[in-house]
Order: sequence, then structure tokens, then C-alpha cells
Amino acid sequence: MKKLLAVLLALTMLFAFAACGGEKTNTDLPEQTTGAADDGTTVKTPANPTIRISTTTSVNDSGLLPYLLPAFEKATGYTVEVQSAGTGAAIQKAKDGNADLILVHAKASEEEFVNEGYGVERIPFMYNYFVIVGPADDPAGIKDCENAAEAFAKIADAEESFISRGDESGTHKAELKIWGEDVPDAEADKWYINAGKGMGACLSMADQMKGYCLTDKATFLSMKDELGLEILLEKGEDMKNTYSLIECNPEKLADINTEGAKAFIEWMTGDDASALIAEYGKEQYGAALFYLLEE
Amino acid sequence: MLLSMDRELLHIIGVTLRMSFFSTLISCTLGITLGVLIGQKSFKGKRTVNKITGTLMGLPPVVAGLIVYMLFTRYGVFGELKLLFTVEVMVIAQCLLITPVVINLTQSVISSNAAIIRETAVGLNFTAAKRLRLLLNENRQALLSVVLNAFGRSIAEVGAVSLVGGNIQWKTRVMTTAIMLETNKGNFSFALALGIILLVISLIVNIIANLLVKEEKR
Repeated sequence: MKKLLAVLLALTMLFAFAACGGEKTNTDLPEQTTGAADDGTTVKTPANPTIRISTTTSVNDSGLLPYLLPAFEKATGYTVEVQSAGTGAAIQKAKDGNADLILVHAKASEEEFVNEGYGVERIPFMYNYFVIVGPADDPAGIKDCENAAEAFAKIADAEESFISRGDESGTHKAELKIWGEDVPDAEADKWYINAGKGMGACLSMADQMKGYCLTDKATFLSMKDELGLEILLEKGEDMKNTYSLIECNPEKLADINTEGAKAFIEWMTGDDASALIAEYGKEQYGAALFYLLEE
Repeated sequence: MLLSMDRELLHIIGVTLRMSFFSTLISCTLGITLGVLIGQKSFKGKRTVNKITGTLMGLPPVVAGLIVYMLFTRYGVFGELKLLFTVEVMVIAQCLLITPVVINLTQSVISSNAAIIRETAVGLNFTAAKRLRLLLNENRQALLSVVLNAFGRSIAEVGAVSLVGGNIQWKTRVMTTAIMLETNKGNFSFALALGIILLVISLIVNIIANLLVKEEKR
């Protein structure tokens, strides 16, 4: 038994050393070249080749980032580590020093992030629209509403089930903004369901309860086949959903890969990414899921 | 921060205790009965039964939740009952998860000394009912551990209850799903505080249970 323990311990230490050694060589050889890019030029691996992005589920789980990142990595030699969570948690992770930049969609929280010194500058770069989904027979009759606020009021009047994210995500904050002062009280108004869950789980719940839900279009379309829900309202002027990039502030947070974050932002706001974003979703869903902000 | 959400926190603790109480009660009633039956007897296939319950002890909570979800979904076999996203269905999912654990642990406790106790009881000319009482009484401490184990699994479980309960505020939100939600919101320290409260509740339940068993000894 003791022998076995000793062997295990030795193995663990060996692995630990190997891991440390691996990191060392990386920093010792910063200007290592990687394979040739498509056009035949070689791309140099940057000195600090790992970029940590903290982002929201609507960008990552909808497939946009997995679609864009290979092109970015090929063009620049960086490796991107993506952490996706609700906007609240995504920002908190960055405040805790666990990200080099954030890509989120909640203006007020983003401004707070910059004002508190965690972020350098808020760079809005793309947008799409939230949509209101619900049962096809639309019991609250919101189909012809002008905007989301009007639709929400009708749902409240009819006391039809409405599933709220309730998780301080960007979508939840957008929902609260639309309710304004008339935000229902989840304790008293039994039709208003505060689910405290991610977008996918809330959509499943709306399907089960034949209720309404405010969602980003990308997540909804990616799940549509499994749900008995329809898009009932889209493109109201109060349903615009803007995404921003913010580089974390190296003066406030330790070990930020500033060059990496800058390179990523430059690439994302550049022509290559713009062309890719504009195409995204057209093939699969017949329409683009994200639009670029006009400068 | 904890004080500001007083009322809601109390509600969450209430739902948690209600759920854990019924999960423990039902899974232990079923599981201990079956476990005692299996543990006392030696029969063909006993090993197979133990292997099955032993395997089910490793059933991932999310999978138990998924099975119950599929059964109670609007389009599922029991969809008509409209039980999805209620505390009742959370208890059902937890019983599916915990009962095999209780059966397996109970039979292992009983198997270890059933033969000796039976011999004693027969020697004393006990009736069947008295024999059973002696058996349970002798294994009191071990069975208490089984019950507390069941309770611990129930109160700490998040995968199944989150899936079938839906973590709905003022309805099905329990301590674990609240902790998960606060973590997702980025309120890490608040989530940790909730975790400590959960541990304190668990401690109190353990103390009470131990007192009850001691009382009975007299």
C-alpha cells in the first residue's frame, strides 16, 4: 500500500514538473512560428498567445464565436479560451481577473464596468433584435403590437404565463427595461414565472407552460425544432440588442493579455470579421442573426 | 445582503426542507422496508439485486431528473397530471435517485448481523414482530446513518431538482438552485453565504436526528 502511494506521489510530481516545464518553454520561445496560413505567408505566434474571453451564452452557444474563432486564430496565431455565462457572471469573472476582454450585451452594466475602472472602453460593434416567442395561437393577442412594451402589457392583462430569465443576464436586463415600472411581482402575479435559468431552459419551460418569453433570436432558432413556439413579435424599436467588446484594464487587473485583447477587438471590428458576421445564419436559417453597427 | 432578502430566503429554506423531508420520508420508507427484506433473507439472485442497487447508486442526478422530466413533460406519459415544475415532481425525481441508495445501504447493514440476531431471538422465543423490532433496534445507529445519508443527498442535490423543478422563484426554488443562480449572476460571495446556510441547516437536522435516536435508547 505504502509503495503504491509513493509511486502515485512520484507520478503526480512528475506531471506537475512536466506541466511547469511546458509553460516555461512557451515563454522562452515567444517568437516561434506556426504553420503557413492559406495565402502562403507565415503567422508568428504572439509572445502571449492565449486570450481569455468572458462572454454571454447568446454569442457562444448560438454558434457565432465557434464560427468566427478559427478564422481569427489562423490569421493572428492566438489561441482563444472562451468562457460563456450570463452577462452578470461574465462580467464578474472579468472583475475577478479571469478574462482579458468581455463580449456582452447589457449597456448599463458595461458602463459600470468601465466607470469602475475594470474596462478600458466600451466598443459597441454589432446588434440584433430580441424576439417575443409564444404559443402559435397567441392567447394574449400580441402579434400586431407596435413594440415589446405594448405586447408585455397585453400579456399582463391576459395574465398569460410569461417566463423571465431572472438571472441578471443581458436578456433579463433588457426584459426589465421593457417592463419599466410595471415589472410584475413574481410572488403575487403567479403568471409571471421567474425561472432563474439560462435561455435554453427558459424556452423549454415556455414550451411546457404554453407561455411567452423574451429571447435572443439566435438561441431560439437553434432550438426551434424542439419547441412548440413561434416568433410572435420582432423588430420593435425597444427590442434592439447591442453587443459590445470591452478590453480589461491592465492598470486595475493583474496579468491581462492586453496585446491579445487589442488584437481580438481590432480583428472583430475589421473587414474580415464583418463579412463573416453578416453571412452568419443565412445558410442555416435564411436570415442573418447579427448585424454590424454602422460607424 | 442576506438580510435584505429575508422573506424570500425563508421561503426558499421552507421549500428546501419540505422537499427534503418528503424525499427522505418516502425513499427511506420504501428503501428500508426493501433493504430489511433483502438483507434478512438469502435467496437466489440476491447478488444481482445488490449489483443493480449498487449501480443505481451511481445514477447521475441529472439523468434521474431527465427520466422524470421525460415522463412528466407536456408530451410525456404523465403529462396530463401537469406536475412538471412543482415540488411534488422534485420529490419524485429525488426518490428515484435516493431509494436505491437506501436499499443498498440498509441491506448491507442488516446482512451483517441478521443471522446472529435471529438466533438470539429464536432462543428467547420471540414472536416475528418482536424479532423485527430487535433487529431494527440493534441496527439503530447504522440505520440513522442511512436516513441521514438520504437526507444529505436530497438537500444537496441540484441536477435533478433544477431540471424538473425549474428553479422558479416563490415556487420551486431551493437552496441549491438558488446557489447556482447566484453563481450564474456573478454574486459569488452571496452564493457562498447561501452554501454556509445550507450547511448549518444540515447540521441542525443531524443534531436533532441524533438526539431522537439517543432518546429512544432509554
